Amino acid sequence: MQQIMLLVQYTLVYASVLTLVALGGCYSERSGIINIGLEGIMVMGALGGALVLGHISPALPGIVIFLLTVLASMVFGMLFSLLLGVAAINFKADQTLAGTAMNMLGLALATVIVKALNIASSGGSNNSAEIAYTATREKLLLAKGTEFSMFMILTVIIIAAAYILLYKTRFGLRLMACGEHPQAANSVGISVSKMRYAGVLISGALGGIGGIVYITAGVSKANFEIGVAGFGFLALAVMIFGQWKPHKIALAALLFGVFRALANVNSGFDFLTALKLPQPVYNMLPYIISLIVLAFTSKSSHAPKAEGIPYDKSTR
Amino acid sequence: MESNKTKRTNLFKRLLAMPGFRSFISALACILIGLLIGYIVLLIINPEQAGNGISTILKNFMTRNSEKLRMKSFGNTLVKTAPLILCSLSILFAYKAGLFNIGAAGQYVLGAGASLYCALALNMPWYVCLLAAVLAGALLGAISGAFKAYLNVNEVISCIMLNWISLYAVNSVLKDLCPIGYKDTFTLASRNPSAILPKLGLDGLFGNTSVTIAIPIAIIIAVYIWVILAKTKFGYEIKATGYNRNAAKYCGMREKQNIILTMVIAGALAGLASALLFLSDFSQWDINQSSIPAMGFNGIAASFLGGLHPIGAIFSSYFIQHITDGGASLDTRFYPVQIADLISAIIIYLCGFVLFIKLKMLKASGSIPQKRPDMSADIKPASENKKGGER
Repeated sequence: MQQIMLLVQYTLVYASVLTLVALGGCYSERSGIINIGLEGIMVMGALGGALVLGHISPALPGIVIFLLTVLASMVFGMLFSLLLGVAAINFKADQTLAGTAMNMLGLALATVIVKALNIASSGGSNNSAEIAYTATREKLLLAKGTEFSMFMILTVIIIAAAYILLYKTRFGLRLMACGEHPQAANSVGISVSKMRYAGVLISGALGGIGGIVYITAGVSKANFEIGVAGFGFLALAVMIFGQWKPHKIALAALLFGVFRALANVNSGFDFLTALKLPQPVYNMLPYIISLIVLAFTSKSSHAPKAEGIPYDKSTR
Repeated sequence: MESNKTKRTNLFKRLLAMPGFRSFISALACILIGLLIGYIVLLIINPEQAGNGISTILKNFMTRNSEKLRMKSFGNTLVKTAPLILCSLSILFAYKAGLFNIGAAGQYVLGAGASLYCALALNMPWYVCLLAAVLAGALLGAISGAFKAYLNVNEVISCIMLNWISLYAVNSVLKDLCPIGYKDTFTLASRNPSAILPKLGLDGLFGNTSVTIAIPIAIIIAVYIWVILAKTKFGYEIKATGYNRNAAKYCGMREKQNIILTMVIAGALAGLASALLFLSDFSQWDINQSSIPAMGFNGIAASFLGGLHPIGAIFSSYFIQHITDGGASLDTRFYPVQIADLISAIIIYLCGFVLFIKLKMLKASGSIPQKRPDMSADIKPASENKKGGER
């Protein structure tokens, strides 16, 4: 029973991460920009959040710590996502290349910043890339000793908000129009580049929050040399599986969350230990599942029609 | 009669009209801006040491004390340049067909696993290990290629998934091939010296036992890839597929087969890359590593910096490895060694703007061609012609 509780907790943690980041990817792609750089955005968001968690006083009320952490992650994620916006929207750069560079840049930049801070504060003796936040992290938990945190509540709110924003508001419909047929959107007076910036910035904010949720999952210190282990890309798989629709993305994230959680808690289940699968198999599982899922779902893709294509006014 | 000034501007315009010159200038611009930002970062972290820091990065082995040490250290950089050249060839080859082979990292990992397993567990000679690595990489490339061609799966995402799967697989396969209590695999010298690549006297030249035929192999293959791309029908088909997949199909090229074949070759190149490094017995595989080796990703930097030209890749690979090694010798009391990674990442990011810079230069040269520019010059693969909804 205890094991099942643990599995549920980790599933929800990882599902939250994947939902947030996949929703971020969804907003960006709905506006027409492929965001391969989510991994880097996550790392930068995690950096912003971890800096707050590591330096804020644990005596403050939990909700204040929570809000400041989320705010910092969002701001870091959004600022970093501007790199994609500028390259893809203003300079019509190859979006895959810009995104890949952002992944490398995010990891290197976060490592350099954290190490530089550690070196400066320790006078050169500590050159690790770690930030510890044991006390402040506990404040974010809903119940001590579990993994249920305020982030999960936030995730549920964001899913609902994402659905309403995308389908029920003028902004959302215009955003989607820019991803489907930017020429048509532009011809009725919608600024494609503004909408695409909005999409990229929202993906930066959500990716940033996803980053802080990921690095605070189950551990009380973050090592920025490791990064986020391909979660940005798993989230893209979740997004495709969820067919770029917020509610389906949430369900897809739950499925992937279960498999990722099994990597953490498989040893507690009798029927799983009886299978005698080596640990690496569990580690590979989320990636293998997503490959299989992609193989079956990509053929009839519901991807936004104009994603990845720089908008050129003269093609109208 | 023309005045001197107009002659000079004419020369400049003629130079700008040359694709090679444009690539060179834009690569130079990326490097300079990248280094400048790197220098600013050094200044922010520790202003007093910044001058020292940037010169350490740029000088790399030249900071060593004696001629002998400099040669040895130069040799070390070359040993790591060889695999980087192959990784960047892998990426540029796929890119010519409009495919982004971010899976070079995973193909590299699987190649390392295959070659080390053949060397340490099966006691095979070096050429068998080399072949095993090539096949392993090719297999992984084939998977991504087939997924792309037949199932419409975006190669970037399938490649990333395969990267992680390969890492975990290789870590567990090589687990039993380490000395007890160590996390690195056995050295080839201690277990199976026949698996070490032949040296042909190069080790004596550099005073460095790790310098093998890996470096000449890498250069020969770069030239060979250039010949394939520039002079053969297959190379032409690859570029045509990259330029416009549908047009290639209409012309009767088997575009699906070409996609898979391209990925197979790209994978084989990345697999060979790791064999060149690990069969030089320069470094061992760390079975506890939890992140994918940077070599494959640095290959992206090298291929774009080299203007997506196989010969350019040789020089850009050396440059990237040079500053990476230089960064590794930074004084860790003052600076994190990842500054070099930061600089390479900035350079890759700036490479995204290269097309824009090149277009500006082309305009400045006043020779905007009426028809679309020659494919072999400034190739802009599929993304622009990409069919909507492709995944």
